Formats: sequence, C-alpha cells, structure tokens
Amino acid sequence: MKLKKDKLIIANKNFKSRLIVGTGKYKSMVECAKAVKISGASIVTVAVRRVNITDKKKALLMDYIDPKKITYLPNTAGCFNSKDALRTLRLAREIGGWKLVKLEVLGDKKNLFPEMIETLKSTEVLSKEGFKVMVYCNDDPLMAKRLEDSGACAIMPLAAPIGSGLGIQNKTNIRIIRKQTKLPLIIDAGLGQASDATIAMELGCDGVLVNTAIAKAKKPLHMALAFKNAVIAGRQSYVSGRIQKNLMGSASSPKKGII
Amino acid sequence: MKKIKKIKIKINGNFRLINSNINLLKLLKSLKIPFKKVAIELNQEIIDKKKLNKKILKKGDKIEIVHFIGGG
Repeated sequence: MKLKKDKLIIANKNFKSRLIVGTGKYKSMVECAKAVKISGASIVTVAVRRVNITDKKKALLMDYIDPKKITYLPNTAGCFNSKDALRTLRLAREIGGWKLVKLEVLGDKKNLFPEMIETLKSTEVLSKEGFKVMVYCNDDPLMAKRLEDSGACAIMPLAAPIGSGLGIQNKTNIRIIRKQTKLPLIIDAGLGQASDATIAMELGCDGVLVNTAIAKAKKPLHMALAFKNAVIAGRQSYVSGRIQKNLMGSASSPKKGII
Repeated sequence: MKKIKKIKIKINGNFRLINSNINLLKLLKSLKIPFKKVAIELNQEIIDKKKLNKKILKKGDKIEIVHFIGGG
C-alpha cells in the first residue's frame, strides 16, 4: 500500500489528513488557526452559536480559518435532544451549504456521554434529509451497527469522556467495531496525548478527532505537531502489519558464526 | 411630524424596539450582519436569505442569527 495514496475517505470525499481537530478552547483565534495549520488537518469541527450583535468588531472564525481551504465540520455540541440537534444542523447547512456534519447528542452534563436513543433518531432523520452524518457515539459495537444501518457516513466512538484526556478505555470494543464496519471509524473525544492517537490508528481506526489535548496542552502548537506525527506513525504501523506477540524471546542476531 | 410606531421583538434572546413595518433584510442590514456567514431563523423557521425582504416583522417576533465559532 502506497501511503501517499492512503487517504481518508468520508462520504466519497478524499481528505489528505487523518487527523481532525476541534477549534474550541484555544486562548485566541490566532493560536487556534496556527495549531490547525501545524496539525495538517483537512477537517476542523466548528460549533453553531448566536452572533454577537452588540460587538460587531468581534473576530469571526471564518476570518482566521478559510472554509474554502479547510473543511468545516459543523457539530451539535451542547445539544441534549434530537430536536435541538436537528435545528442546529439545519441552520449550519443554511450558513453555507454544509452537508457533512458531526452529530453529537449528549445525555449527561457531567460525563458528557452520548444519548444514543436520541442520536439514533437524529441520524435517521438527517440522513433522509440528505445530510452526510458523522456520528459521535459510545464504544458499543451493537449501537455502532444500528447507526450504520440508519445511514451514518462515519462512526465516531469516544475513547473516554470528552475533554477527559484519559485515552482509549476499551480497545477491545474499538477493535470489534473496526472488524464489523467498512465505514470510516474515527476516535472522537477523550484523547490526552499524542501516543493515544497512535494507539487509535494502530487499532485500525481511519482517523482521530482531537480538541482539548491540543488546545489545553502547555504548548498547543507543539502538541499539534506531535498529534500530526502520531497519527501518521500509527497509520503506517497499522498498514505495515505488526509482528505476532510471543511469550519467549527470539534473538535478532543469527546463531551461525558465533565465536 | 408623524410619530413612528415601535414594536418589540427578540433578537438572539434580547428584546429590542424597532420601527414597525420594516422587513427582515432591512433590520439585518441596520445591524451590519455579514449575510454570507450566518443563518437566520424567524420564529424557529429558517429563512432563505434571498427572501429576507419579504418578511415584514411583527410584534413579538423571535429572530435568531447564528454563525460558526470554535468548537470541538
């Protein structure tokens, strides 16, 4: 497999990078834009919120990250039911024709786990309306299958609670989901450091979505680069085919010619 | 001089007094909203940006103007 040609494909569209980055929690728009550039991401997630009509000088995200160069992936962060999520994404589509969206319906304000019943309902409706829905979900293979059957264009299980930095908690489930689906599988939420992204990629995921781990690192720009490299390393490792694990040692140098 | 009638509407959650008999396009222009970068809802219905001038505002109307901001 030629890695140069190894692109992330979502809803029949090619993306150069397998790293998707969130644009929240940065100190400034400038820092956010720099981190996005360094990360090499082709897709960034964005939130839909009210325009500040009293402070018109306030900087707009689009002035810093050009949606013509980088794909905006509108999300439904902060929605706790299907109705709000649908409303948010319909508005997002209206802003500029965005059809590729990230659905995220939360069920609990503390752990931010996805409310899967509402998520499933929303996936069905949105798919019928022509949206290409990437779905944030828990790491349950059965639910992932239901989402696939409902028209999701990508499955995005959490590694751990959003913003927790705990890394992948259930590798077995991620592996099972990988085995059962041909849809893009993207780890969304809960990564804490670059090696977590490598692990996700080595499990066979097609990509990772990272926000807090980069934005809240002591040096966000350095961490953006670390994640970029980690995703590439993990993917290369996965497609290269790892060795079998053995209980006993196996010498690397030949026995022949030992003095 | 004829006194202009004012009506009370809600924009992005805040009350505002505006002149009666004006359309949505005129109001958004007066607020200097960058049309290309937003979506507009009138009473929970998304309004096609080409039809903003056809929506005459009434007392109690609720307008939402949204755009993209940083998010994860």
